[in-house]
This record gives sequence, structure tokens and C-alpha cells, in this order.
Amino acid sequence: MEVVPNSRYIYPDTDIDRQEGTVIEDLRGSSQQTMADPDGWLEEAPREGFMLTTVEAALNWARRSALWPVVCFPACCAFEFIAGAASRWDISRFGMEIIRASPRQADLMITAGTLTWKMAPAVRRIYDQMPGPKWVIAMGACAISGGLFVPHGKSYSVVPGYNRIIPVDVYVPGCPPRPEALLYGIKMLQDKISKEKIFKT
Amino acid sequence: MTLALSGEDLAPILSGRFPGSIIKATKDSLLVKSEGLLNLAAFLQTEAGLEFDYLSNMTGVDYREYFEVVYQLTSLKHNHSLIVKVQNHDRSNPVLPSLVCLWCGANFQEREIYDLLGIKFEGHADLKRIFLWEGFQGHPLRKDFTDGA
Repeated sequence: MEVVPNSRYIYPDTDIDRQEGTVIEDLRGSSQQTMADPDGWLEEAPREGFMLTTVEAALNWARRSALWPVVCFPACCAFEFIAGAASRWDISRFGMEIIRASPRQADLMITAGTLTWKMAPAVRRIYDQMPGPKWVIAMGACAISGGLFVPHGKSYSVVPGYNRIIPVDVYVPGCPPRPEALLYGIKMLQDKISKEKIFKT
Repeated sequence: MTLALSGEDLAPILSGRFPGSIIKATKDSLLVKSEGLLNLAAFLQTEAGLEFDYLSNMTGVDYREYFEVVYQLTSLKHNHSLIVKVQNHDRSNPVLPSLVCLWCGANFQEREIYDLLGIKFEGHADLKRIFLWEGFQGHPLRKDFTDGA
């Protein structure tokens, strides 16, 4: 039986090297001239395919279509939000899949959970650190009114609603709200943003 | 499964060593006097055959007439457990001995009981509120707690 040296299998055959060299030489031979840049259509562009809108509408479209939520998950509503952010409900369809850990890179706070007075200064600070324009969605019963932790409007430790410490744009009820409800709240916020007046008279 | 030791079985041993320290012994627990609690607890921790080396839980209860603190002791060495209780009838200034020197796990638990029930633990090095903030008035898990908010 003939013994085949191992090197035949480890290193490429010289035939393959030769074929590769042919391909390179062919491409090199046919590429001696530069190609024309594809900019001929630039001459025609101003004459066709543009539309008119107001600056306000364009800005509001840009703002509502790229909301950046900040992490504010003090309690269990966070899991519905996380489900909403994941592939099944997928808030990225509304341009907001990037949930920032830094408030300085965010413009939307979704308050997913119970807030205690001890935690309240931290949430207030996160809100203050967000650059404007910024919006707040109060998610769940606790965020709206303190929920079941504030019976008869009384609690020694729980804040009866985030609107005690920060302004709230949209309230999403539920305990917790389903991701569909949160998505509906986000759509309502986007509708609200699209009606926003930028130029105050 | 951890064997839950009966208070009735342990009471004779402890009564012999610490006369008068046991107020009540039941199948489930031992009710002991707060005065000798530290020595009794140290005995439970070190005595051969008992060696409760782990404080698995500690909690306080308000029974309106008195406060009760419940210690759930476990021996990882012998895989058995025991429940020890102490009572305090002084509602205006309840004081109990701290067991942090025996079980470090008692540290945060005693702070929690102090925070929510207002029981002071003598000998605790850093007895301050743990859930609520400095300046909070009252102790909210007391049955007679009222809050204006």
C-alpha cells in the first residue's frame, strides 16, 4: 500500500495556488482604470421625489420614533417591561429597544414598580439627570397611586404615585399591566409627542 | 431533613445548667428569660451535642401586651434545629440582649426588629434603622402605630 505523506492534506496543493494566482492576475489586468463614481443621479434629485412638511412635524416625528428608555425598575412591573422589550412583544418596533443604564443617554422613564420614600430621592435624581425633552410613563398601579401598598391612601413607606416627585405623561393601569398595555401606553405617548408644540407663541 | 428538637427534651438540660431560666417549654419551642439569654445562647452554641452554629432566622412579634423575639437556631454539624423565644413586657422602652457577638447573622435582623418594632438590643455595635430613614417617627410594625400620612 502506498503511503501518502501527511503534508499533502495539511497544505494546499500547488494547483490551487496556481488557480488563485490566475484569478488575481485576471482581476488586476481588468482593473487598470478607475470606475466612475455613482453620482450621476445627483443632478436629477432636486427635480423629483421631495415632500413638504413643517419643522415641528419633522422634529416630533424624529423624537417620538427614537425614544430611549432609562432603567427605572424598582419592582415587579419590570418583568412585564422586560417581556415587552424582548422578542415576543418587541418594543424595538417602535424605535426604543436600547434601554440605557445611564440617564444621561435617555429621554423616557418607564417607572416599572413600587416606589418607597427611601428610594424616591434616587429616582428623582435619575429624572433630573435625563436631558430634555424627556417623558415619563407611569407603569402599573403602584406607579399611578401606590397600588395595594397604599390602602385607603395611607402608607408609612410607599410613595402614593410617581406624580408626587416627577411629572407623568402617560398612565398605564394594571397590576402589572400586560406588555400589550405597555405598548398601547407607548403608542399613546408617541401620539402625545407628535402633537407637542416646539415653537411657543 | 433537619430534625426539629423538642423544647420539652432540652428543658431539663438547660434548667440544670441555668436554674429558673426556662419559663415555658413546649414541643415546638423554648420560652426563656431575657436576663440570662446571652449565657444560655452561648451554651446552646458551644455545648457538645447541641452546637447551634447557625442562626437561620430571627424575628419580632407584637402581641399587644408584650413583644416577643423568636430565634430559629440550626446546627449544621448535627443537622438539627431549635426555636427559642424571649418576651419583653415593657412597651415604652423594650430592651433585650444582642446576640451579634454569638451569631453575626443577627446583626441586620436585630436592626430590622429595632427599625420596625422599636426593640433595642443591648450590646449591638451599630443599632440604627435599616429599612426606614433616619428621622422617621415611630416603629410601623407596632400594633398601635399610627401615621398621619
